[in-house]
Amino acid sequence: MLRPVEKGFNAGQKNWEVLIMKKTPLNDVHRELGAKLIDFGGWEMPVQYAGIIEEHETVREKCGIFDVSHMGEIRVKGPEALNNVQRLVANDVERLEEGQILYSPMCYPDGGIVDDLLVYKIKDDEYLLVVNASNTEKDWEWIKENSLDNVELENQSNEYGQLAVQGPEAKNIINKLSDIDLDSMKYYCFACGEVAGKEVILSRTGYTGELGYEIYLQKEDAVEVWNKIMEVGKEYGLAPIGLGARDTLRLEMKYCLYGNDISKDTHPLEAGIGWTVSLDKEDFIGKDALVKHEEEGYDRKLVGFKLLGRGIPRHGYKVEHEGEEIGEVTSGSFSPSLKENIGLAYVKKELAEIGQEIEIVIRKKAVKAEIVKTPFVKNNSFS
Amino acid sequence: MSVPEGYYFTEEHEWIKVEGDVATVGVSEHAQHELGDVVFVELPELDEEYDQSEDFAVIESVKAVSDVYLPMGGKIVEVNEVLLDQPELINEEPYEGGWLAKIEISDESELDSLMDSVEYTAFLEEE
Repeated sequence: MLRPVEKGFNAGQKNWEVLIMKKTPLNDVHRELGAKLIDFGGWEMPVQYAGIIEEHETVREKCGIFDVSHMGEIRVKGPEALNNVQRLVANDVERLEEGQILYSPMCYPDGGIVDDLLVYKIKDDEYLLVVNASNTEKDWEWIKENSLDNVELENQSNEYGQLAVQGPEAKNIINKLSDIDLDSMKYYCFACGEVAGKEVILSRTGYTGELGYEIYLQKEDAVEVWNKIMEVGKEYGLAPIGLGARDTLRLEMKYCLYGNDISKDTHPLEAGIGWTVSLDKEDFIGKDALVKHEEEGYDRKLVGFKLLGRGIPRHGYKVEHEGEEIGEVTSGSFSPSLKENIGLAYVKKELAEIGQEIEIVIRKKAVKAEIVKTPFVKNNSFS
Repeated sequence: MSVPEGYYFTEEHEWIKVEGDVATVGVSEHAQHELGDVVFVELPELDEEYDQSEDFAVIESVKAVSDVYLPMGGKIVEVNEVLLDQPELINEEPYEGGWLAKIEISDESELDSLMDSVEYTAFLEEE
């Protein structure tokens, strides 16, 4: 029975060819903590420690620490840095002040998505792009090919470790280890300073829908900072969290996962992240195609749904309406917060209304589902 | 992880316990541990007949969907409907409350192809 027969978590990844997995600086720490390790985009990563449901609840109620050192970091420098990043990504980077962060898709000329990433404005002439682990090499090649001649590009992915501390107690925990003024740090802002005595970039961002921080640090410092946070966090109920709960947490927020919900075959407008596309800005790769989609309309939309009948929706399942195929599930899971089975799917736009009944085809049976408002669970990131 | 006596096992970590003509089937402690939190179970219809090693049930954890194979061929005579509301019993008591179905065995000799608890313990150590 231990042969997964269908695609569930991590379905978009195809890494059978990867024989030697990359390891983060915390690999030994995860083993000591009893984590179950899996291949994620060529990286050996912890999928769970105590169990996905328990970890999920820990983040919603207390606080969790994640090793996300597999994420990629690409630095863009020089007088033309702003123009360069503006051309690469769809969102408007010009409106960023120093110390602010922007979420943006990076598109192909046809509007399909190369990756979704975070843009950090370090200085007027310096930006840091944080990209998905499994896309780092592809993005690096894409950025090199599509950059202006006189900008300086550096792939720093192998120099950085990254930790995420997420949950209602996150601020109390970081406060004990840092002088950085957290009270004045707004959502999607960052500061350079010390955490646990090490130089870091501390960023008020996350992928869980809870108050939380992401910490970029030198790879060599990762174990020490992780251990300090674990120690200080003990009294707040902090626990280590794997990629399994990271996935259920982000799904409840309808945060897109590259390879599942968005890809080169989807564009940001139909994915429901049109708010990250600045069609007013001068020019960027994919703009013409997206303007055309906006003006002429597009056929499908990414929606959230709840299953009304029995079963769990999974990536790749067909969506029907009155027996006719109208789309496909991109992500699905048991929701630990709601104790219901939820998912995301692309469906025909005319059937994408909240309250619309649809059917999910699970092992050849059509199971009733209903399109619902998203996020599925209240987003506490801003509180 | 102790393996109880009187149970027979497949290499895919299903167990079967034979009592006369009827046998109870489920998945092992090792299987539930590897699966993680079980959140959904699909059980077979009563009177349905299956061959040995045919898939007869589905167990879903938060992150994966797994078929369950019948350790010996037979006809389904009872299913554990408690699991529909409490799938976590598979994690909590895989050899007791987490049983999946009872079958009327069609061919007793199929038992010979399975591992007893001593053999299964050795098999787990090798894995």
